[in-house]
Amino acid sequence: MIDAGDTAWLITATALVLFMTLPGLALFYGGLVRAENLLSVLMQCFTIASVVTVLWLLAAYSLTFSGTGAWIGDLSKVLLIGVPRDAAAADTTIPESVFFMFQMTFAIITPALIVGAFVERMRFGAVVLFSVLWLFLVYVPVAHWIWGGGWLAERGVLDFAGGLVVHLTAGVSALLLAIMLGPRLGFPHEVRPPHAPWMTMVGACMLWVGWFGFNAGSALSAGADAGMAMTVTHISAATATVVWIVIEAVKYGKPSLVGAVTGAIAGLATITPASGYVGPGAALVIGLVGGGVCYLMVMVVKHRFKIDDALDVLAVHGIGGAVGVLLAAVFADAALGGIGLVEGRTMGGQALIQLTGIIAVLIWSVVVSFIIIKLVQALVGLRVSAEIEEQGLDLNIHGERGYNM
Amino acid sequence: MKYIIAIIQPHRLDAVREALAAKGVQGLTVSEVRGFGRQKGQTEIYRGAEYNIHYVPKVKIEIAVDAGMADAVVEAIGEAARTGRIGDGKVFVLPLEGAMRVRTGEMGADAL
Repeated sequence: MIDAGDTAWLITATALVLFMTLPGLALFYGGLVRAENLLSVLMQCFTIASVVTVLWLLAAYSLTFSGTGAWIGDLSKVLLIGVPRDAAAADTTIPESVFFMFQMTFAIITPALIVGAFVERMRFGAVVLFSVLWLFLVYVPVAHWIWGGGWLAERGVLDFAGGLVVHLTAGVSALLLAIMLGPRLGFPHEVRPPHAPWMTMVGACMLWVGWFGFNAGSALSAGADAGMAMTVTHISAATATVVWIVIEAVKYGKPSLVGAVTGAIAGLATITPASGYVGPGAALVIGLVGGGVCYLMVMVVKHRFKIDDALDVLAVHGIGGAVGVLLAAVFADAALGGIGLVEGRTMGGQALIQLTGIIAVLIWSVVVSFIIIKLVQALVGLRVSAEIEEQGLDLNIHGERGYNM
Repeated sequence: MKYIIAIIQPHRLDAVREALAAKGVQGLTVSEVRGFGRQKGQTEIYRGAEYNIHYVPKVKIEIAVDAGMADAVVEAIGEAARTGRIGDGKVFVLPLEGAMRVRTGEMGADAL
């Protein structure tokens, strides 16, 4: 039975989540690179959005959400053939066309998140080929395991809006790609600083607002669950922002805009898996922990391990997502203001299930991404030449300049 | 005639312009430039990562004056541009062999 209110909210939420990638994430990342690479980042995000859309219709949606397999779905909804126009998506009150679109926007932003790891040095063909293979071999199976009725769903993993499906898959794959691709020329101290922090802030704001669609839309209805998901999302984002501002103010004496907006994204990623299960008090704690842990991980990845995950995809998204998945087990507890765990399950028991989910998704993402990267390297090569990297990708790869002044 | 080139902190430009106007300087040329001195640039921090900035933004002022005015002009620039901190810049004085006012064709000191 299709409900008008639920449908209206999900159509709105779908638009909000697409807006997160186009142009939110594109601008967020675009401001962080040097001016000669701005267009390449925008182009990569735009291209991924379009390519994933086509693949989603051709087979990816069906493989994720059709069928009852433990590991992967089936092909019975390829091209949405056989899906009646007025059919509600399974267990929802919204049309399947809207569910298809809503889930598609998640499939778009996830590979687009990985862009942050390889900016300023990856070949365009390699970006496209990697994203296509990664969608089918990493995103689709993991989304099926957790949201499509697969084996992790059977075990009762809590991942409301994609801590595992979106942020952990993208984060660990991004780190691996950054390692295998190698650092940018001059990393760590001789790469150029962000060319437009204001642009990064504008993109982050679009992400923040869009995240209301991401998390509150994941309720798949327009009721109390959506309302609380939106509330906790906002609280976590704001809290993690304050954490980054305080850390930078104490550590450097200069609280930066880039730091503050990065904190917001960390808070948003961390609350994501828990957003449908927890209360506003828990959101404060989740924002606090997410902000602090993600800040530490930026230091660890970039400064300790010297890995050029250029825009900190693992530290902000991967770690934030994983921390949120664990905290969901704690704060879903009714005694802590959550909606309550499944009858008869303890917090420790749920935490173990969450940990199983993290480890499974981590291993799958790393192993499969490794194979994909090796394949792409063999087929088209990963990196642009040093000469092109020095001159910038915009003019060499795309034939345009970001700024004609 | 002397040709004076001053490299100063961008935020001191207005103070320098006012000081020069008070000395009777009739015109000058300004450009935004980048460079480094003995400090070899500076560092900036984004998300905790240090970036070496080799070329620091500066303003270059170029002025052509009568030889008799040169010392007073250099002194005025120095006073107006000085903050006492690293990166205040430098002033160079060069001999100037000729000049022409394009509109009238006047040559030499008359052209200044």
